[in-house]
Amino acid sequence: MTRALELDGVACTFANRDVPSQPYTAVSDVTLRVAEGEFVAVVGPTGCGKSTLLNVAAGLLTPSAGSVRVFGGLLAGVNRRAGYMFQSESLMPWRTARSNVMAGLQFRGIAREAAQTQADAWLQRVGLSGFGDRYPHQLSGGMRKRISLAQTLALDPDIILMDEPFSALDVQTRQLMENEVLALWSAKRKAVLFITHDLDEAIAMSDRVVVMSAGPASRPIGEFVIDLARPRDVAEVRTAPRFVELHRAIWNVLRDEVLRGYQQQLRLDA
Amino acid sequence: MTAIWQRVRPRPGNLRWWQAGVLVAVFGSWHLLATPGLLPPLVFSDDNQAAFFFGEPLKIFGRIGRWFFVTRDIYEHLAITLLETVLAFGLGTVLGLACGLWLALSPLAAAIFDPYIKALNSMPRVILAPIFAVWFGLGVASKVALGITLVFFIVFFNVYQGVREVSPVLLDNARMLGADRRQLLRHVYLPSATSWVFSSLHTSVGLAFVGAVVGEYLGSSRGVGYLILQAEGTFDINTVMAGILVLTGFALLLDAAVGGIERHLMKWQPRAAQTERL
Repeated sequence: MTRALELDGVACTFANRDVPSQPYTAVSDVTLRVAEGEFVAVVGPTGCGKSTLLNVAAGLLTPSAGSVRVFGGLLAGVNRRAGYMFQSESLMPWRTARSNVMAGLQFRGIAREAAQTQADAWLQRVGLSGFGDRYPHQLSGGMRKRISLAQTLALDPDIILMDEPFSALDVQTRQLMENEVLALWSAKRKAVLFITHDLDEAIAMSDRVVVMSAGPASRPIGEFVIDLARPRDVAEVRTAPRFVELHRAIWNVLRDEVLRGYQQQLRLDA
Repeated sequence: MTAIWQRVRPRPGNLRWWQAGVLVAVFGSWHLLATPGLLPPLVFSDDNQAAFFFGEPLKIFGRIGRWFFVTRDIYEHLAITLLETVLAFGLGTVLGLACGLWLALSPLAAAIFDPYIKALNSMPRVILAPIFAVWFGLGVASKVALGITLVFFIVFFNVYQGVREVSPVLLDNARMLGADRRQLLRHVYLPSATSWVFSSLHTSVGLAFVGAVVGEYLGSSRGVGYLILQAEGTFDINTVMAGILVLTGFALLLDAAVGGIERHLMKWQPRAAQTERL
């Protein structure tokens, strides 16, 4: 199988503005591979540099050490083959829903009419065909996430990067969205790197779960293949015996890290 | 008595009536106190002195009426003042927007120019009016120049701040969607800065107007400021007051026009307590 995304010995060290002599290392020695069509979830305690990793994969952040390869080629600059769904609001508030979905197509020089047709098709696919003329502030949080999803997927990226995309949603909306993403993904089978702190979500959606250690200098400390049958319903799969088994195994690894991360947080706050 | 008070006391429904009442009360007492012969003189020894110093509302309104309907010469002056205001506002905004974008996107340039911008901003710019009159003559140009110096900094600081506060996620998202530098400027920085320009629009239109009138007042041959200056030269307080009233009404109209444009162009911005209309 070809590797869509390959992080090799990646480390990210940030300058500490308050204490220049003590730079902060968010992640170190991270080797992570995502095959074509594979759905990989990364879980870890808060502050373990998950988002840093995603920014490196997106080419928005140049790692201090290590290399990133995209379909075999070394990555320099923004990752053109990747779509990125951010954790926080990323829609342009001055554009309507349709116009937001069109944005990427327009940036790539697709004619207005063609972009509009595609955008409308995507709005329909995420169940918002009647809302094209609304501005983001007129939509609910869940709707905005759907627009973000359509915006990202409209460019048909070969790699999809998702940074806790549903963490701000309520449980019901969240499960709906998770199922929608799974349905869209299984139709196209793109490589997905999915960051979450929710273990249930990670297991329910992915083919493989990577567990990160607590920061600073966090790195992958466990890898679990999720052999649950597809297609899955994220709500139903949670009751499957195999799910519970996997959950327990991964939680055993994760728990200590969560505790360590929590203690770290307390020390930082103090 | 209380029953009547209950009916007329201020409430959201009759605010307009109360506002009109305040206006009537102000002009009414002005009329009573200033018109010779109505009340025995309170402060002045002579009955005519109050009228001389403060003008008489009826004569003032008569003056305004003559300007608009009899001699019809106010339109020419208003048109000049409006032209100066619009030019100062337009040019000042464009310059402020361009400089704000440039300095916000180029930190090195911003660091170099920072003390000079602060210095220029803290300078009392009205003092430049005579210099502009020397440079650009007594026509429209010198008033526009003064207005620009007033408008520029308002817009500049708003844009500068606005661009630097563009959400980094929004920028990253646009970059991931394939925007190059030019597209980022056109589709992210500029719309974002525009919203800051609009938030300062009421102030900058007001200042453009101030620039025009002050410029006229300090030396010109046309404009409402010129009318006021002429009247002052002959101690014609009524005409001075009439000019001030016309300017005030005009400023209110400008402000309303700006509000209308703002509502039209900024419809993407959430308003407080706006409900969903499904």
